[in-house]
Amino acid sequence: MPWLPRTRALLRLLFTRRDVENELDREVQGYFEILVDRQVQNGVPAEEARRLTQIHFEGTERVKEKVREARTGAAFASRARDVNYALRQLCRRPGFMALAVITLAIGIGATTAIFSVVNGVVLKPLPYSDPERLVDVRLKPQDANQGNWGLSNADFFVFREQSSAFEEIGLYTIGLNSQGEAVNVTGIGEPEHVPAQSITAGVLPILGVTPQLGRVFTSADDQPDSPDTVILSYGYWRSKFGEDRSVLGRAIDVDGRPRMIIGVLPQRFNFLDKANLAMLLPMKLNRANTYLGSYNSGAIARLRPGVTLAQANADIARMIPIVLRSFPPPPCCAVKDFENLRLEPNLLPLKQKVVGNVDKVLWVLMGGIGLVLLIACANVANLLLLRAEGRQQEFAIRAALGSTRGRIAAGLLAESLILAAFGGVLGLGLAYGALKALVAMAPTGLPRLHEIGIDGRIVLFALAVSLAASLFFGSVPVFRYAGPGIGIRLREGGRSMSESRQRHRSRGLLVIFQVALALVLLVSSGLMIRTFHALTRVNPGFEAPSEVLTFRVYIPETQVKDSTTVFRIEQEISQTIATLPGVSSAGVSANLPMDGGGDLEGAFVKDRIYAPSETPLFRYDYVGPGFLKTLGTPLIAGREFTWSEIYSKVPVAMVSEKFARDFWHDPSSAIGKQIGGGPKNPWREVVGVVGDVHQDGVDKEAPASVYLPALVSFFGGDYVSRDVTFAVRSPRAASAGLMSEVERAVWSVDSVLPLSEVHTMDYYYTKSMARTSFMLVMLSLAGGMALLLGIVGLYGVIAYSVSQRTHELGIRMALGAQKRDVLKLVLTQGMSLTLIGVGIGIVGAFALTHALSSLLYGVKATDPLTFGAVTLALTGVALFACYLPARRAAKVDPLVSLRYE
Amino acid sequence: MVPMTKPAELLQGTLDLLVLRTLELAPLHGVGISDRIEQVTRGTFVVGPGSLFPALHRLAEKGWIQGDWSELENKRRVKVYKLTSPGRAQLSKEKTNWKRVLTAVNLVLTEES
Repeated sequence: MPWLPRTRALLRLLFTRRDVENELDREVQGYFEILVDRQVQNGVPAEEARRLTQIHFEGTERVKEKVREARTGAAFASRARDVNYALRQLCRRPGFMALAVITLAIGIGATTAIFSVVNGVVLKPLPYSDPERLVDVRLKPQDANQGNWGLSNADFFVFREQSSAFEEIGLYTIGLNSQGEAVNVTGIGEPEHVPAQSITAGVLPILGVTPQLGRVFTSADDQPDSPDTVILSYGYWRSKFGEDRSVLGRAIDVDGRPRMIIGVLPQRFNFLDKANLAMLLPMKLNRANTYLGSYNSGAIARLRPGVTLAQANADIARMIPIVLRSFPPPPCCAVKDFENLRLEPNLLPLKQKVVGNVDKVLWVLMGGIGLVLLIACANVANLLLLRAEGRQQEFAIRAALGSTRGRIAAGLLAESLILAAFGGVLGLGLAYGALKALVAMAPTGLPRLHEIGIDGRIVLFALAVSLAASLFFGSVPVFRYAGPGIGIRLREGGRSMSESRQRHRSRGLLVIFQVALALVLLVSSGLMIRTFHALTRVNPGFEAPSEVLTFRVYIPETQVKDSTTVFRIEQEISQTIATLPGVSSAGVSANLPMDGGGDLEGAFVKDRIYAPSETPLFRYDYVGPGFLKTLGTPLIAGREFTWSEIYSKVPVAMVSEKFARDFWHDPSSAIGKQIGGGPKNPWREVVGVVGDVHQDGVDKEAPASVYLPALVSFFGGDYVSRDVTFAVRSPRAASAGLMSEVERAVWSVDSVLPLSEVHTMDYYYTKSMARTSFMLVMLSLAGGMALLLGIVGLYGVIAYSVSQRTHELGIRMALGAQKRDVLKLVLTQGMSLTLIGVGIGIVGAFALTHALSSLLYGVKATDPLTFGAVTLALTGVALFACYLPARRAAKVDPLVSLRYE
Repeated sequence: MVPMTKPAELLQGTLDLLVLRTLELAPLHGVGISDRIEQVTRGTFVVGPGSLFPALHRLAEKGWIQGDWSELENKRRVKVYKLTSPGRAQLSKEKTNWKRVLTAVNLVLTEES
């Protein structure tokens, strides 16, 4: 069991190294002296004795070396020495080291940052128990272009009771707009309008959430006649109640009704993609008055173990007709209308629903940034090649002194590893900062933003990337300079007289590679710039959005029951605001363009023939007079509603320009025509045609829309929009002063109404372009980095080549070459590399930009203008990068250069 | 000092065995070990410092021999090595092993076809 004494020996070596070495030295020396003594005893004179012994002895250093190699930990010590040596070599040239490390840090950092985003958004499983068994349950009418529908309450009851594929299914409300539901909370401090979510009792168990405090909803809480309950989110509990554990059992006023707090959610919980929820409410569906229809809730379910998505789809398909037989149709319609919809199941794994199709964007980005990393590595490889070239003598001497080729190569690789290690650490730091900035920017449309961060997996990724990069660029100088010809360099003597073609070729290849990659990235950025530009030129349907202030108000039924009174309040608010100084007009509506909301409802045109199953759907909006004028949507024909005709419930409507042109070719002929929604819905007269509004964003077509008054008679009853947006046009729209005046105006009408979602219209407009802007910024950054790195690489190669050729150029000039000729020579060298790179880059870009086509608008993926402009620009910059060293070469005094060795 | 016949090749493990055995009889310093081995094997094995020193230090690291500094008559300081008790145990193990190896190799060499 020799490990104990061996460990002792190792420790002695580590801690008392000098003593150990001294002892070894003395011992070997002693041995030597004894042998000499013997010779002397035999009568050999001292000098001769020494000489003979030396011949026989093999060299004291060699003996000591052998002992060292035999020691425990010798291999480790020699590796450590190699690394030490490599580190010292690098530090002797701090400029070079800094340049290499920074280049690598940029490449590795950018790649790591993007990977973190991809990891958080696309790769990480959802943070619920057993997330692969979670599905999103929706239905889809066979006529696909009528949009993606949710589930109705009737569906929910039947699926829950009769499904064989699901362990449990839960319903949740999808708010009118993508911001989701919001409620008024009063009684604790100032009235507040906070985001909330209504769910059925099954939802939290499906997600596997255990509350931090209290309990979750049970089916008892979901009964219509049970006491009202509420669960708070951790964030709300902390900010409103200071983490007071006695909140359980207390009541808070939500939308005018007291609710008992029964639980608090854990800190890390987020409901699907909703960050910032304040509370969860039970949906309390009443089976007794459930009709067919109203497919406007979201649903999630947990599959039974072993059940596949296909089986679940089949199960739902089986149950759809059962639903139609189990519940009555609403007063307006017949069961046949629902059968004619031909609904089909539309199940998705829950993660896919949450992530959406943003993964495509992210992978494209990842590819782009990967290219930047490659360019960075190529740059560093070039730098290493240059350095290795200058060290050839050193390698040759070391080889002659007995160092194996393997050790010299290992030394070079050690240098690469050290560079990569520093670059990786710095890059990780850069990535951390970049991610913080990215999350703060909070680009909308990027789901699961709260899951993006640097964790263990990301650090491992950075490590792996650094390692791979170092092997990649480290092997380049090893192959070129530590190869078999290592001894030959000594013979060439001093600096080489002229550049060997072989050496220049590998550097040239790297430069070509870099230029090609830079071109691809720059073309991509150019295409995104053109897309962005095209999007900004689309008329969104409103004017000067920065001068329009908007906010939401919600008047719950518990506060004001009568519909007409609600509308009167809304009228008073908008008229009061309109009298504020600096305000030119104000109006109220159920939706704002581009806020993510908007209903689809049916509308028929009188005197048109419809097939029995046809129910054409259009975008509906409910407006008060003056709203469209406030936004700046132009009135193409006719007029807007008046307040009196709304109160009198005169059946009037307005349509959008597209609607008018689709049905009557000419907007003015739409006036006086009648449209309506089916048997129980009166025909309405079209009194006005307004300009098209890009409700879904400027990159999508403006939908054909119908505008109804915010107070209408519908299905035998009155309907008023309670969750409304007010728009206020004023040059002061962005000022805090106007905001507080507006608040006071609202509260002078109804002091209990909180305002929420206060933004200028500009906010929504910018948000709708958010995805494009995000891609644009990222790709431009990548393109910029690629350009910078590529040009620096090109400059470096040409400059070095010129410095090597000083001698040759001197000869040429002495023999009669003009400055012009030298200039041309160097420029030709540089530009030929550039042009080859550009050529390859164009071919590559043609192939690769197709990956971008889904993100483009108004420009083709092979747009010649973009390609041409980028090529010219890149060539121009490259020309400049070559010109500088060329000019220096031309300035060389032949006499000086000929003398220079 | 040049031997009459060329010395045979000596494997590392075998050298360890010879050193341990040499020290079994009495402690010796480096030159002494080398001399003794050369003597006893009648010049078949000539162990130079390049092989001896690494072997001595390896054996010392494993704790089988121990080196102590002492003085010769002519005031030269040398490191004298002696066998330790773990070393003795190792030596008997190696002796047994060597006999087995020897027997086995002989069997193969004298095998009738």
